[in-house]
Amino acid sequence: MINKKSNFAALNENSLRLDKRKEQVLSIGLSVPALLAIILIIFVPIGWLFSLSFINNVGEFSLENYQKMLEYKSYARVFVTTFKVSILSTMLCILIGYPLAYFLSQVSQRYSGFFLLAVLLPFWTSLLVRTYAWLVLLQRKGLINNFAIDMGFWELPLKLVHNLNGTLIGMVHIMLPYLVLPLYSTMKQIDKNAISAAANLGATPTQSFWLIFFPLSLPGVVAGGLIVFILCLGFYVTPVVLGGGRVIMVASQITAILENQFNWGAASALGVVLLFTTFLILVMLTRLFKLNKILFGNN
Amino acid sequence: MGWLNEPTTDTQISHGDRLWLYIISGFIVLLLVLPTLIVIPMSFSDSQFLEFPPQIWSLRWYTEYLNTPRWINATYVSFKVATLTMIVATPLGTMAAYGLFIFNHPISKIIFCVLITPIIVPLILIAIGTFYVFGQIGFTNTITGIVLAHSVLAIPLVMIIITSALRSYDMNQELVARSLGASRIRAFFEVTLPQIKFSIITSALLAFITSFDEVIISIFISGGQTATLTKQMFSALRDYIDPTIAAISTFMILISTMLMLGAQQIEKLGKK
Repeated sequence: MINKKSNFAALNENSLRLDKRKEQVLSIGLSVPALLAIILIIFVPIGWLFSLSFINNVGEFSLENYQKMLEYKSYARVFVTTFKVSILSTMLCILIGYPLAYFLSQVSQRYSGFFLLAVLLPFWTSLLVRTYAWLVLLQRKGLINNFAIDMGFWELPLKLVHNLNGTLIGMVHIMLPYLVLPLYSTMKQIDKNAISAAANLGATPTQSFWLIFFPLSLPGVVAGGLIVFILCLGFYVTPVVLGGGRVIMVASQITAILENQFNWGAASALGVVLLFTTFLILVMLTRLFKLNKILFGNN
Repeated sequence: MGWLNEPTTDTQISHGDRLWLYIISGFIVLLLVLPTLIVIPMSFSDSQFLEFPPQIWSLRWYTEYLNTPRWINATYVSFKVATLTMIVATPLGTMAAYGLFIFNHPISKIIFCVLITPIIVPLILIAIGTFYVFGQIGFTNTITGIVLAHSVLAIPLVMIIITSALRSYDMNQELVARSLGASRIRAFFEVTLPQIKFSIITSALLAFITSFDEVIISIFISGGQTATLTKQMFSALRDYIDPTIAAISTFMILISTMLMLGAQQIEKLGKK
């Protein structure tokens, strides 16, 4: 009798374990189609590029493509431009985005909804459309030059586009939401009681901002800044259209190598360097913040 | 103007003291929104050079757009690709998000990280990588190829939206349904799905717009009869400032604004 009972328990346990196994297979199985798609479309091609980057013109294994990057001045120029444009854009985004995010975090829900929509609108609008808009506005006889000359700000049309200025204006405009949104969610989570406590202890609003609020908002600045920086590094459309061939960043150099020389090895090597730089910054970012926090805001 | 002296919520600072912040922020918001919107009135100009305000209003560039087979075909391709991307990416992303969410295991975290790589990898790499591989298997310049590449970009976005919806959803409800005899699949379709449907619609809209607006991959792997609208626009932009693009831009702004407001409304419905 006793024996039979424990047999039942064992049977029960067995079927429970089987059930759990089935559950696990089902749940992992659900992600298989997406996983397959991403492996085939992202991992395989990039792996292929990686191997191509170690093959020279004659089809032999060599580090030639990477050596060229260190030796040729043209490559150094591209890297310098890429970093310069990315750093400048990130800094400008922080300077312009911080007050906006602060404003959004302070106004009441009623207004912040409307202003958030204004930040989201460019986010949903095609990057190409926005780049085109700036091209139209900034050109020699464009709206901005005409307006400034009419108002007497400057006398001759300024060169605002097809150079670094135009590229920076366009890139900051496109990147701003990527900075403002994470920064806003960080600021929203700052405990308002800390500010009240500071005020209670006699801090002026300016003091409580710089001593309490600003340090607590810094994680948001760093996270948003790194995201913007990563996106800038690989940017293609805006520097090509607004830079007018004068601002050559890594992505445009890659396409130029493919279009002009059809040299897959050199193009791939450059791509691999770009990927690793991006990856390195990302590792830094995830060291500083939990991935969940970046993707979903809280917890 | 009494409100200027009123204190803001919980500090002693008054609205008047903060006026500079309001002015600066208002200015920044204008800078964010206006440059895009100014294209709209410009597109109704009759001039070869885009003017603001237009001296003669006309629909010249719209007729040009509608009468050029190249543009119309590209618009058709873009809609087709975006719709198919939405149809592929939404279920794949939702399935993966749900599966990984219910199976709380270190492996599922790793799979999640693998699945969101497309938003991290620079697009130019995906573009040349798929261009190379698709070239080998004859997938370049095909709708299938573009839809596959765009779907992979959209899947992580769908997953992020669905996962965050599941996080605020009480999974115990599904457990209740199952304890009452429903199978896991039935519990999902009859209990969970109706409650996250608004997030699914939002993610579908986002998948659509991701594909519709995508430029770099389209430049590389679409062409000829399958050239997307963004590819055609990009090639036209490189040569000279074609005013037709202002008309097309207006059309694209209209679509993205509609989708965004739609998503916003849906989100509101979901919160009720």
